[in-house]
Amino acid sequence: MTTKNIMIVGVGGQGSLLASKLLGRLLITRGFDVKVSEVHGMSQRGGSVVTYVRYGDKVYSPVIDKGEADAIVSFELLEAARWTEYLKKDGRIICNTQKINPMPVITGAAEYPAGLEEKMRAAGIDLDAIDALSLAEEAGSAKAVNLVLMGRLARRLDFSDEAWEKAIEESVPPKFIELNKKAFHLGKMA
Amino acid sequence: MKQLLLGNAAVARGLYEAGCRFVSSYPGTPSTEITEEAAKYDEIYAEWAPNEKVAMESAFGASLAGQRSFCGMKHVGLNVAADPLFTLSYTGVNAGMIIAVADDAGMHSSQNEQDSRHYARASKVPMLSPSDSAEALAMTRAAYEISETFDTPVLLKMCTRVSHSQSLVETAPRQEFEKHYEKDGAKYIMMPGNAKKRHPVVEERTAKLKAFAETCEWNRLEAGADHAIGIVTDSTCYQYVKEALGDTYPVLKIGMVWPLPDKIMTAFAESVEKVVVVEELDGFLEQHLHDLGIPARGKEIFSPIGEYSQNTIRKAFGKEAPEGVALNAPIPPRPPVMCAGCPHRGLYYVLKKLKLTVLGDIGCYTLGAVPPLGAVDSTICMGASVSGTHGFVKALGSAAQKNTVAVIGDSTFMHSGMTGLVNVAYNDSKATVIILDNSITGMTGHQQNPTTGKNLKGDPAAAVDLETLCRAIGIPSVRVVDPYDLADVEKAVREELEKPCASVIISRRPCALLKYVKHPGPIPVDAEKCRACGACMKIGCPALSLRDKKITLDQTLCTGCGVCTQLCKFGALGGDK
Repeated sequence: MTTKNIMIVGVGGQGSLLASKLLGRLLITRGFDVKVSEVHGMSQRGGSVVTYVRYGDKVYSPVIDKGEADAIVSFELLEAARWTEYLKKDGRIICNTQKINPMPVITGAAEYPAGLEEKMRAAGIDLDAIDALSLAEEAGSAKAVNLVLMGRLARRLDFSDEAWEKAIEESVPPKFIELNKKAFHLGKMA
Repeated sequence: MKQLLLGNAAVARGLYEAGCRFVSSYPGTPSTEITEEAAKYDEIYAEWAPNEKVAMESAFGASLAGQRSFCGMKHVGLNVAADPLFTLSYTGVNAGMIIAVADDAGMHSSQNEQDSRHYARASKVPMLSPSDSAEALAMTRAAYEISETFDTPVLLKMCTRVSHSQSLVETAPRQEFEKHYEKDGAKYIMMPGNAKKRHPVVEERTAKLKAFAETCEWNRLEAGADHAIGIVTDSTCYQYVKEALGDTYPVLKIGMVWPLPDKIMTAFAESVEKVVVVEELDGFLEQHLHDLGIPARGKEIFSPIGEYSQNTIRKAFGKEAPEGVALNAPIPPRPPVMCAGCPHRGLYYVLKKLKLTVLGDIGCYTLGAVPPLGAVDSTICMGASVSGTHGFVKALGSAAQKNTVAVIGDSTFMHSGMTGLVNVAYNDSKATVIILDNSITGMTGHQQNPTTGKNLKGDPAAAVDLETLCRAIGIPSVRVVDPYDLADVEKAVREELEKPCASVIISRRPCALLKYVKHPGPIPVDAEKCRACGACMKIGCPALSLRDKKITLDQTLCTGCGVCTQLCKFGALGGDK
């Protein structure tokens, strides 16, 4: 099969690491060649962060380029809008509708753009926007946003619930397994 | 069973499997995790050294003693350790020794994008360059064999995309290794009489390594259908080439980037009509091809600046590069910021308020340079704040002395700020140096250092007493302030700048992200009292926003540090007034 590309984007500190870890686990158990890339260091300090997950028969490049992403999973609305150029023509953006002001907005040097969801749809983007934060809280913790979004992504991918649940069991501490499974299914079903 | 490993973790696994016993490094993105992962193996002694030079010399000592050793650093760290590198090339090793150096094309977390391959040629030390985690593991193991066979340290060149990408590896069990130390002055005492005899040995070794490069498995020819073009490439660029072009053109993948295989390169050039070199940063392989009389093209097509990707290659070879849809809306940038509760914030606010000239340094606190704090005048390299301030104050005299400070973190001060401070005291520049002591190495992700009282493994360790150290160096005025107390910080800075002697102010507060640090929790906010004066907006706290002329606080971010409450005159932040 041709290589599939999933980008996970958000704000440094939002916890996208668990999402990429979970995906990595899931994909290697399915027998794929897998590459997962992210940048550590300075950009993590509240900056815009991106993780690339690629899988297929044979994966070469560790990064996803413009126009290549089959799915972009965004933890924050503005970050989804920032990376639209990376989406494939028939790709989908799965986006948490939470807004986090970047420093230029906080200082008044820039405005947080209004109507981003409408603008993305008007540009022909297949946007799946959900309030992942509320669903995560419903599951028991605001920190479970990543699992809600993974549940949403699961609708787009062809893996069984059992495979996802096994990957969750292998990726989170035992006492958080049920909470994370609940968040996953809330995201998937919402 | 295959597992997904970070490139840096794969190097650590290679160290483990090859029987490495000794690791000494200084943290630096993107190299840091090699040493952190190595420390997780009980069989490996691993430590953070105060700087890369100390790390390399320590690793040499372990090699001399008969244990396979390792030191890791980022590209600019190798500048610091260049002194031992060039002479270790002469002495060679006893047990194998590997020096990993991680470049950062694109400068994700660095102050320059130098190409470390030049160091291999300049120091005449062989260099291997993996392009994914599996190669990182295999080359680490092979590097020890090369090191011992050819009696030389071996450089392992990583880069951001190899270090910080996870890909599949197969692991193997550890094989122990040990040699004995025997005194050999002619080999290890590099005074002129001995060194003159060692230099020819180095040249002979390079000739042998060149012959090895012709047969070693890391320089690999991959067939392609169209011989109109042949591509020479290395490191992560190999992956971009294969991604973009598949098997279209023959590819010569160079895994041993120094010394280079002249015969293979020449034969490859003869087998194709034109040679194109794809390599990030400098035209290192290209220059070598030119030296061999091969009219290869590289930097006239590809930029020496920044990172490449598969689209870079597609465009260069006239292939269609996919494009997505850019939104027709201004998207404000999201630069990294100092965290809510960061102890550096209050200190920088005062420096900005006093309109001081601030010579900065390398660490999280470099973020004091960006708006709204914007309180830094220069950032060069580890330690340059202290020595730079010395020169600045010496050059301009007493006028500058009263409005110039150096700002340096605790780990950076241990790395190479101390020697600058010795110069301040010894040559009497009356400079004021502020040490931001947040009890950790922050930027690279919380590594222990000689001031923290813990070692790499988390065990108790001797802690440098900064106050005593600064006094012992000869600084007459040393004082400690709490950067959450703006009035006290301002008083201290004003007073120390006025003093007719050199001063050190230690701004002491642990990093707000340290797990043991307990925060009081979000401050009380009364938006009704807010008059939108903007005073609290001057500190650039990500927890605070002015929306519709009223202050709002992000309860999930606010730690309750209270710096903003000292700026609010109307009681909107922190209650009463």
